[in-house]
Amino acid sequence: MNRRIVILGSGTAGTLTANRLRRLYDRSEYEIVVVDQNDEHVYQPGLLFVPFGLAEPHALVRPRGRQLLDGIEYRRAEIDQVDLDADRVRFTDGDSLGYDVLVVATGAVLLPEETEGLVGPAWGKQVHTFYDLPGATALHRALEEFEGGRLVVNVADLPLKCPVAPLEFSFLADWYFQRRGIRDKVQLTYVTPLDSAFTKPVAAQALGGLLKEKGVELVTEFTLGSVEMDEVESGPGGGGRLVSYDGTEVPFDLAVVVPLHGGAPYVGRSEGLGDELNFVRVDQRTLQSKARPNVFALGDAAGLPASKAGSVAHFEGEVLVHNIGRHLAGEPLDGSYDGHTNCFIETGFHKALLIDFNYETEPLPGHYPAAVGLPLLKESRANHLGKLAFEWLYWHSLLPGRDLPGIGSAMPEHGKSRPADAAHPAA
Amino acid sequence: MTTTTYAGTPVVLDDEGFFADPDQWTEAMAPEIAKEHAIDELTDRHWKVLTFMRAEYAEKGTGPTVRVLGKASGVSVKELYQLFPKGPAKTAAKIAGIPKPKGCI
Ligand SMILES: Cc1cc2nc3c(=O)[nH]c(=O)nc-3n(C[C@H](O)[C@H](O)[C@H](O)COP(=O)(O)OP(=O)(O)OC[C@H]3O[C@@H](n4cnc5c(N)ncnc54)[C@H](O)[C@@H]3O)c2cc1C
Repeated sequence: MNRRIVILGSGTAGTLTANRLRRLYDRSEYEIVVVDQNDEHVYQPGLLFVPFGLAEPHALVRPRGRQLLDGIEYRRAEIDQVDLDADRVRFTDGDSLGYDVLVVATGAVLLPEETEGLVGPAWGKQVHTFYDLPGATALHRALEEFEGGRLVVNVADLPLKCPVAPLEFSFLADWYFQRRGIRDKVQLTYVTPLDSAFTKPVAAQALGGLLKEKGVELVTEFTLGSVEMDEVESGPGGGGRLVSYDGTEVPFDLAVVVPLHGGAPYVGRSEGLGDELNFVRVDQRTLQSKARPNVFALGDAAGLPASKAGSVAHFEGEVLVHNIGRHLAGEPLDGSYDGHTNCFIETGFHKALLIDFNYETEPLPGHYPAAVGLPLLKESRANHLGKLAFEWLYWHSLLPGRDLPGIGSAMPEHGKSRPADAAHPAA
Repeated sequence: MTTTTYAGTPVVLDDEGFFADPDQWTEAMAPEIAKEHAIDELTDRHWKVLTFMRAEYAEKGTGPTVRVLGKASGVSVKELYQLFPKGPAKTAAKIAGIPKPKGCI
């Protein structure tokens, strides 16, 4: 009888994993089933551009089934629970599906309702997020109508998808209001729970410097406790305040908040699978579940000290598929993910920065992927073109599970300048 | 790195004031470190958090973030800020003698 590999989630990570596995194994060997709750695959990096009118919402969406190679079964269903003891996934419609190998790729969910006052009458009016399609679309209208005042960009807490996206949003906001000729009427503030603009020191300095250059005020060590709206005559609706747990307040006329993230709720209902935040507990190198050897996780769903980014899903996919092969062959796992991440950081005015790092090495200046290549941690037009080209690569190369030429899972060492103090970052 | 003395024993702290080696920490040091952070008395609720921090560090190699503390320690984020007003994750990590919580990115 056929053995069955079940992949939960058909976003970036699930789709590329299914396609890689299908290329590797014949249908007569393994049945591959991919499960998702809806049919619309959103190109999430494009959400950054929607608020500024630089991308059309409908152009970012494609049907999930069409991204999967022939011979992969696509099943539309909502997952209710994984029964690790029975090797079985249960769906909310009462049906269930057994597996020999399970890959969890159900990503992260936004949890705005976990922050007091974030979702209220002002949600979608004075308080926004651009982290999903309806949010990004509503924010586009709000920005168009914004004639001046305090615009605050806030990250509620970590982890978050694409941790540089809120910074990119701030840079683009500066550019957008300059283009509209009202930059002098807009006060921009970036509010973060971190003690600087980014987690790692060298990049934090570069990105903090850019905020300063663009006149964006930086508020650090601010953990969002609640959002409070000012009362105006007709009820709530003027501006409001972000209030941190220690009582610090940041007033706004328009707030752009990246809400708390968690893993998919069913992970929490699946005994042994997840951590406190419903991310899947896996070994950070092999991506194998700490609960069962035949369960793996990658992408945003995995509880790893790596960024939640499409590039991470891509690099993990290579390692994961190799390790699944070893597991199926009854051999010890030898594929090791090093935490490799790279992100383009759009900075406005047709320029972007690029950062490349892994578990051990923080983002450093230099070039990628080798001594000749795109500049790292430095604004350039080439990087901006790289960011734009990524959309095509995403649909035509990354999702189909092809290797991108010259861009492998392991982080390249060549091309990075290592200043003496960054050569041995504190572990 | 600097060396400081708590409860009569020298310990090594990193540049930000976190223990470089959690094995050097003893319970007797906690009240002294707490006083440096304007916490005059460590109550049972404080200890609940400190014990949880140590256990998390032992298991995961890094201290928990405020949010994980709020979810898993049995003390809400609001109360955590009452107990450790200058930021629970960092202050509690210092008093519990563990390195700075890494926080995922
Ligand atoms: C604004 C923004 C900008 C970004 N920019 C970049 C960038 O420039 N570069 C980059 O590399 N990354 C970027 N990212 C991050 C990137 O999009 C994600 O990291 C990536 O999509 C993660 O892939 P995934 O497959 O793990 O999760 P997803 O792609 O989110 O897929 C998860 C899937 O699981 C399904 N699912 C969840 N729960 C259930 C259930 N119970 N039952 C059935 N199905 C379920 C969902 O429907 C979804 O299809 C950005 C993200 C955002 C929000």
